[in-house]
Amino acid sequence: MTATGQAPMTEQTLDQLHRAAFSYFLHAVNLANGLVADTSRENSPASIGVVGFALSVYPVAVERGWMTRADAVERSLATLRFFRDSDQSGSPEATGHKGFYYHFLDMHTGIRAWCSELSMIDTAMLMAGALTAASYFNADTSTESELRGIVDALYCRIDWSWALDGKATVRLGWKPESGFLSYGWDGYNEAIVLYVLALGSPTYPIASDSFEAWTATYQWENLYGYDFLYAGPLFIHQFSHAWIDFRGIQDRFMREKQCDYFENSRRAMEVQREYARRNPHGFAGYDESCWGVTACDGPSQQEPELADEPHRLFGYAARGVPYGPDDGTLSVWAAMASLPFAPDIVLRTAGVMLDRYPESLSELQFASSFNPTLSRADRRAWVSAGIFGLDQGIVLLMIENYRTQLNWRLMRKCHPVRTGLRRAGFRGGWLERRPSSEDREHAPAQ
Amino acid sequence: MLPRNDRLSVAPSDAAESERRENVHPDDWRNPAPAGCYNLVVIGAGTAGLVAAHAAAALGAKVALIERRLLGGDCLNVGCVPSKAIIRTSRLYAEMRHATQCGAQIPGDIRVDFPAVMRRMRGIRARISRADSARRLTEDGVDVFFGDACFAGTEALTVDGRTLRFKKAMIATGSRPDTPSIPGLVEAGYLTNENVFDLTELPRRLLVIGGGPLGCELAQAFSRFGSKTIIAQSWPLFLPREERDAAQILSDAFSRDGIEVRLNTRAVNVRIDGGQKLVDLVIEDHKSTVVVDAILTGTGRVPNVDGLNLEAAGVDYDNTDGIRVDDFLRTTNPRIYAAGDACLEHKFTHSADASARIVVRNALFLGRERLSALTIPWCTYTDPEIAHVGLYVQQAHTKGISVKTFTIPMHDVDRAITDSEEAGFVKIHVKEGTDRILGATIVARHAGEMINEVTLAMVAGIRLRTLARVIHAYPTRGDAIKKAADAYNRTRVTPFVNNLMRKWLSWTRR
Repeated sequence: MTATGQAPMTEQTLDQLHRAAFSYFLHAVNLANGLVADTSRENSPASIGVVGFALSVYPVAVERGWMTRADAVERSLATLRFFRDSDQSGSPEATGHKGFYYHFLDMHTGIRAWCSELSMIDTAMLMAGALTAASYFNADTSTESELRGIVDALYCRIDWSWALDGKATVRLGWKPESGFLSYGWDGYNEAIVLYVLALGSPTYPIASDSFEAWTATYQWENLYGYDFLYAGPLFIHQFSHAWIDFRGIQDRFMREKQCDYFENSRRAMEVQREYARRNPHGFAGYDESCWGVTACDGPSQQEPELADEPHRLFGYAARGVPYGPDDGTLSVWAAMASLPFAPDIVLRTAGVMLDRYPESLSELQFASSFNPTLSRADRRAWVSAGIFGLDQGIVLLMIENYRTQLNWRLMRKCHPVRTGLRRAGFRGGWLERRPSSEDREHAPAQ
Repeated sequence: MLPRNDRLSVAPSDAAESERRENVHPDDWRNPAPAGCYNLVVIGAGTAGLVAAHAAAALGAKVALIERRLLGGDCLNVGCVPSKAIIRTSRLYAEMRHATQCGAQIPGDIRVDFPAVMRRMRGIRARISRADSARRLTEDGVDVFFGDACFAGTEALTVDGRTLRFKKAMIATGSRPDTPSIPGLVEAGYLTNENVFDLTELPRRLLVIGGGPLGCELAQAFSRFGSKTIIAQSWPLFLPREERDAAQILSDAFSRDGIEVRLNTRAVNVRIDGGQKLVDLVIEDHKSTVVVDAILTGTGRVPNVDGLNLEAAGVDYDNTDGIRVDDFLRTTNPRIYAAGDACLEHKFTHSADASARIVVRNALFLGRERLSALTIPWCTYTDPEIAHVGLYVQQAHTKGISVKTFTIPMHDVDRAITDSEEAGFVKIHVKEGTDRILGATIVARHAGEMINEVTLAMVAGIRLRTLARVIHAYPTRGDAIKKAADAYNRTRVTPFVNNLMRKWLSWTRR
C-alpha cells in the first residue's frame, strides 16, 4: 500500500496512544512533591515544564476515567504545595526566584539541578498547568479551594516585569552566577503562552508594548507556496496551543495578515510536508506522510557506534525546516501534536509513520525521535532511548483538544488568560463572549 | 587607548611586494610643489579618496590627494583584495576535501602550501594596485602627497611641511581595527586585518575573537587551510545584524568546516606560557582556557580622526562615530566634506566609493545628493556568502511598515542542485499588499553576485511583478530571484480571480 493510500489511524489506536501518554505521568512522578521526571532515563531530574503538563493532564485523566478526581486533586495539591513552600531565595541551591523556577529540579529535594537556568518559558508552562488545575477543580470543597488558593498565590508572586531586565522583551532565563542569559530569543517561538500569562498578571504584569516588541521580530513568509508566520521547529507551532484555543482570535499581527495562530500552525504543518517531500538532504523515510522535524533528542557522534558516521549528527537540538539543522531525525509525536490543526492529514501521517517505524513506539509511548537513515543491521531505525515527558504531555493535550477541546475550554474561562490575551491585542471569536456556564461542567457530583 | 599593532607591512619582500610598494608608496617619491589653491584636497587615498580624486580630476578640477601610508587604503592592501584572494584558495581546498559530493575523487594527497597561498595573494594585490598607482594618478592630473595631513585653519592644511590651500576638502581617512580591551592581549601579540596578510606560516591553532564579517571570513579560510580554529563571539549568533536564519546557516557551515564555535563567549585574559598563547574564555558562569598559537581579532572598526587637527578646521567629530556629516556629507565646516569609513556607519568599499561620488558632485558642482538616498548592499564572503540590501524585517516593523517575505530555499533552485550548493535561501521583503521591494537577504555560495539584481531593482524602482517578467537564463542561481517573483505573482490569484478564470476556461471548452 502506498503511503498516501495508508488507512488513517483508528480511533482505538488513538485511544491507546492517548492513554499510554498519560501513563508516563503516572509513573514518572514523585508523589511526595508532585515533581515529574524530565525523561524516563535513569537519574533524570524533574522538569518544571513537564510538571506543567502533568497538572494539565490530571483533569483529562479524571474526565476519561483514568484517575479519580480525589487522586487528581491529591497529586495536584502535592505539586502546588511543594512550589508554594519552595526556597525562592534565588541561591544556586534554591528552587526558584521572583516566582520563577529553575528549569530542572532534583526529583527528591526539589532544589536546582544541572546548574540550570531560572526558566521563564518553563515557568509559564508550569503556571499554565496550575491555572488549568484551578479552572477544572472548581468544587466548593476544602481541598479544591486550597488548590485554587495556592495557584492564585503562585501566579501572583511571579514578577514578570523583572524578567524584562529593563529590555523590551522577556528574557529567556536567569542564573544566580551570571544574571540574565544573553541568548537571543527573537522571532516567533513558543512564548505566546508566556506573554499572555505575563500580561494577565494582576500583580507584576509586563506592558503591552513588550508583546508588540516581540511581534516586531516576526517574519511573515511565503514559503513553498504557503503564507505563514515562520518558525523552523514544529514544536514552536504547537506548545502554546496546548492551553490556548487560538481558533478565531487574532492579535494585531494576525489581523493584518488575515490569519490566526491556529491556521498558521496548520500551514506550518504543510510546510513540513513540503520540506519532507523535497527532502533536500536525501534522508531515508522522508515524504509527505513522514515528517516531524522539531526540537528533540537525536543521534550523536558521541555514541560509539555512530562515531564514524560521515554526515553531521546534532544530538539534542532544535531541528527545523527548511534551513535545519536536519540530520534525518524525525519525531512522530511532533506530527501527532499537529492533530487539531489538520486531523485527516495527521491521522494518516501518524498511521504511516507507526506502520513503517513501529520501533518509534515503546509500550505505546512515542520516543523522542527516530532516524531511518541510521538504520541498524536489522533495518530498524535508530531510536532515541527512553521517553521524554514534554513529548508525552503535548501529545496528550493535543489529542484531547482534538477530541473534546477540554484544555482549551478550561483556559477560555481562565481570567488571567482572557486578560492577557486582551492586553496582547487579541480580539474576536470566543474572547468576545462571556465565559459560559462551563464552570459547572467539571464540578463533581454533589 | 591600547597600543596598536605596527601598521606597516612586513610581508616577504618578493617581486610582487616590490611592485605594490612602487605603486602605492614609491620609495623615491617626492611630493610636488603645491598649487596656489586646490578645488579639492582629499585627505586619505583609500577607496573614497581615490574615487574622488580620479573623478574630480577627470572633470577638470585641481586636485591634491594626501596619503599617510599606502594608496588603495585597507581595501587593496589589508582588506577586501587580499582576503578574497585567500578565501578563493580556501574554497578550493574545501572543494577538494568534499569532492565526492560532486561525484569526483578526493585527491590523494591534499597538502596546504600556505606560503604559496600568500604568494598568490601578493601577486593579485600587486596587480590590482596598478590601477591606482601614484604615477598613474599623477598622469591623470592629481597632485599626490605622502605625509601626515594637518589642518591649519578652515581653508588650509599642511603636509610634509607645505601648506595646501583649498576651496573644498574631503576627509577620507578611513578606519582601523578596534582592538578589544583584553588584559594581556597586546603583550601576547595578536593579528588584525592589518597584519594577518603578512603571515608566512600557517598558525597551527588559531583563536578568532569576534563574529563579525572579518572574523567569520578569516576563521573559515584559516580553518580550511588546516588551522585548528576556534571562534569566540560575545553575541548569541554570528553577524548579529543579519537575519538569524542566515547566521544559523553560517554556524552550521562553520561546524562542518570543523571550526569550534563558542557563542555567548567573552575572552577575558591572555597570557603567554611556553611560547603558546593561553586565552581565558567565559560563557555565562563557566570559564575555560584555550591554548593557541595566534589570536585574530575582528571586533569592529573605529574611524581614523586623530592627528588631523580637526578643531582648527571647525570640523566636529567623535572617536566612535567619526566625522559628523549631514545628509549631503558636509561637515560642520561647509568647505569640508567627508566620505568613507571616516564618517559612514556602513564601512564598506562600495559605500566609500558611492559616498565619494556624492561629495564630488555636492562639493564641486553645487549638487544636492543625499547619502540617505543610497541603496547599499553588502556581503560577507563566507561559504555560503551572506548578502543583504535594504531593510530588515524588524527595521520595517519599527518604521510601521507591514512586511511580507517571499522565500526561496536554494534547494528549490535547479542550478544550486546541479552544483551541490543548496545551502541558503533568497528572501525578498516587500511591503505587505504590494510588490514594492523593501530589502532582501540572500544566503548562497555566490550571494554577493545575486544581490546585485535585487539592488538594481530597488534603485530603478522595479517591482516583483516586473522581475517575474524578466527571462533568466536557465539554469542559473539567479533563477531563485525569479522564483520569488513568481511566488508573488501566484499570490495575486485570489480565490475570486481563480474562480473567474475557471469559469472562463470552462466556458471556452463548450
